[in-house]
Amino acid sequence: MKLWLIPALPLIGSFILIVAGSRLSKRMVAIVGSGSVGLSALITLFTGYKFISTSATSFHYQAWQWMDVAGFSPAVSFHLDALSLVFIFVITFVGFLIHVYSTEFMADDDGYARFFAYLNLFVCSMLTLVLADNFALLYLGWEGVGLCSYLLIGFWYTEEKNGYAARKAFIVTRVGDTALAIGLFMLFQNFHTLNIQQIAAQAPQQWAVGSETAMVISLLLLGGAVGKSAQLPLQTWLPDAMAGPSPVSALIHAATMVTAGVYLIARTHAIFELAPDALMIVGIIGAATLVLAGFTALTQFDLKRVLAYSTISQIGYMFLALGVSAWSAAIFHFMIHAFFKALLFLAAGAVIMALHHEHDMYKMGGLKKKLPIIYWTFLIGASSLAALPLVTGGFYSKDQILWLSLAGEHGNIWFFLFALLGAFITSIYTFRMLFLTFFGNEKTHVGHIPGNGITIPLLILAGLSTIGGFIELPHSFGHFTVFSNFLNPVLPSVSVQEGFESIEWMIQLIAAGVALSGVYVAYIFYIVKPGLSEELKTSAADLHKFWFNGWGFDSLYDKLFVKPFVFISDINKKDIVDLFYDGLVWISNFFNRIFSYTQSGILRWYIMGIVIGGILLLTLGLIKN
Amino acid sequence: MNEIQVTSGLLLAAALFMLGLIGVLIRRNIIFMLVCVEIMLNSAGLAFIVAGSKWTQPDGQVMFIFILTMAAAEVSVGLALILQIHHQLKTLDGDAANSMRG
Repeated sequence: MKLWLIPALPLIGSFILIVAGSRLSKRMVAIVGSGSVGLSALITLFTGYKFISTSATSFHYQAWQWMDVAGFSPAVSFHLDALSLVFIFVITFVGFLIHVYSTEFMADDDGYARFFAYLNLFVCSMLTLVLADNFALLYLGWEGVGLCSYLLIGFWYTEEKNGYAARKAFIVTRVGDTALAIGLFMLFQNFHTLNIQQIAAQAPQQWAVGSETAMVISLLLLGGAVGKSAQLPLQTWLPDAMAGPSPVSALIHAATMVTAGVYLIARTHAIFELAPDALMIVGIIGAATLVLAGFTALTQFDLKRVLAYSTISQIGYMFLALGVSAWSAAIFHFMIHAFFKALLFLAAGAVIMALHHEHDMYKMGGLKKKLPIIYWTFLIGASSLAALPLVTGGFYSKDQILWLSLAGEHGNIWFFLFALLGAFITSIYTFRMLFLTFFGNEKTHVGHIPGNGITIPLLILAGLSTIGGFIELPHSFGHFTVFSNFLNPVLPSVSVQEGFESIEWMIQLIAAGVALSGVYVAYIFYIVKPGLSEELKTSAADLHKFWFNGWGFDSLYDKLFVKPFVFISDINKKDIVDLFYDGLVWISNFFNRIFSYTQSGILRWYIMGIVIGGILLLTLGLIKN
Repeated sequence: MNEIQVTSGLLLAAALFMLGLIGVLIRRNIIFMLVCVEIMLNSAGLAFIVAGSKWTQPDGQVMFIFILTMAAAEVSVGLALILQIHHQLKTLDGDAANSMRG
């Protein structure tokens, strides 16, 4: 059992690149950087084959005992079950494709070795996160991916705003991480262990459904998940995180790291099931986020920012699915989303590189003929994101969430309506993006035609995001549920409310209709009558501005937290506590000056001093008598 | 000896002491300062003598011998220092020796 090799190989790759990266040739750096992830992808494939062929429920491997203090004894040990297998599969394979893409995308960058060192370290941390069998190791991975995210957002650190974006991402996610840490402390206090399996087994015995402790811990865990996955109210960092290179946005800020929150909740579903109210809040956060981010994506002009908001929105769908206990639906959408969103980001990166780092969609256009491969793969990714019926993977995964948000045991009509509205907006902004970028007249000259290193990963991802959907077909046709059966030992399936079974096909028809009508709306606005969107923008300028700025969350936080903090630190610039010690220093200096003045070296002054002192003593003696 | 002699003897000692003290304080010439210190020592010696005769004890005179010896030693050291100061600073001004070096 070579389970430990999966995270260890990228770590070794990262070490080699950190130590010897500057001395290796670019070719060697590329081989070490993507080779290490490629190898661990192969091992994942091998492990997955063994896992399925032996029909085991879990593999376990303990590398060593990490620490053992007063009953707190986390080990560096890995636990592989169906859930983590799906995650490591996505991380290593999508990660490998993105590494291959980066070998060409970053070819002219000075920090070539540094880039791959960070990227490898990220893959290692992410694998540790999902393979960890206890929360301490999970937290190590959790912070590791946060660190790598910070390093890679600020990769082009010479520009000040990139450094700012990196710090923002780090600090905002830190808010969530603090909640998570407190949640873990409480878990340890209650169970005297941080082993995930043991906690999951003990929790239902120790707590009744709806118990207060379960509720508090669930909310704290949710806080961590919300921060990492950029959900309401901590979503503000993700759009700025687009300052990093496009492969980073694809790998970290779309496919893997931002879904760590989804993983955490799915992993701790045993606790969340004991707190139905917390689960409800998960659903509400998901529903609110997906609509909010969707409206914001409608108004953005920066290609990568549209994709960033759409990522927030799609993770909102996953949270919604988690909130209605549709665990496997959330993980299914995670997987499909990782494929098509990585595809979209990589294609967007290729477009941006071809147009000399032009991010503005309104300055693009007519790229359909110039970059045909990029166009077709982007079209496949966009269709999947918009969930166009039958042929795309996104349709099957999103449809399942829509269906269960209404018909699942915790579903209700409001969740369904929000999800439906979100689906409508999603297909509008997706095709707005596609039409603006690839259709119309050419506005910027195409400089760089992407080579094989870029197109091959795109083609593979396009294939995955299409066929990936067919491993889980709905009950109304096909009824082919390999994926949820596979996850069933870890994540219980959700039961459907009475009387809903018969209308599943209707829901699917509605979802398909909504997605197609979104495409039609975008077609009218951006192809048939291009002036219409400008008119709408000027007639509702305030609303446009409000949405464009992400519902004003940034300025709200600026007023609520940043300004008061800066104000207080301005007051405290000289450090109020230090005033006391400064006073001591001042007094000592004062006396020092006085006494050093008396040390004049003039003998007669000393004698005078002695005389005056003598007279004073004598006088005092006389007065006393 | 009677009371009046004791008082006048002590007054004389006090006057001499004050003269010496004022001399030390106001003279800048270092030899004069040394001389004035001698005057102060002698005034102290006089006070001892007067006190010794008042109580008809020999201790006062013993004390005076001590002071005399000490004064001799002091003058020898003092004169050596004065010579050194004059050698180093080319002056006999006491205030000139107001800084330490090394």
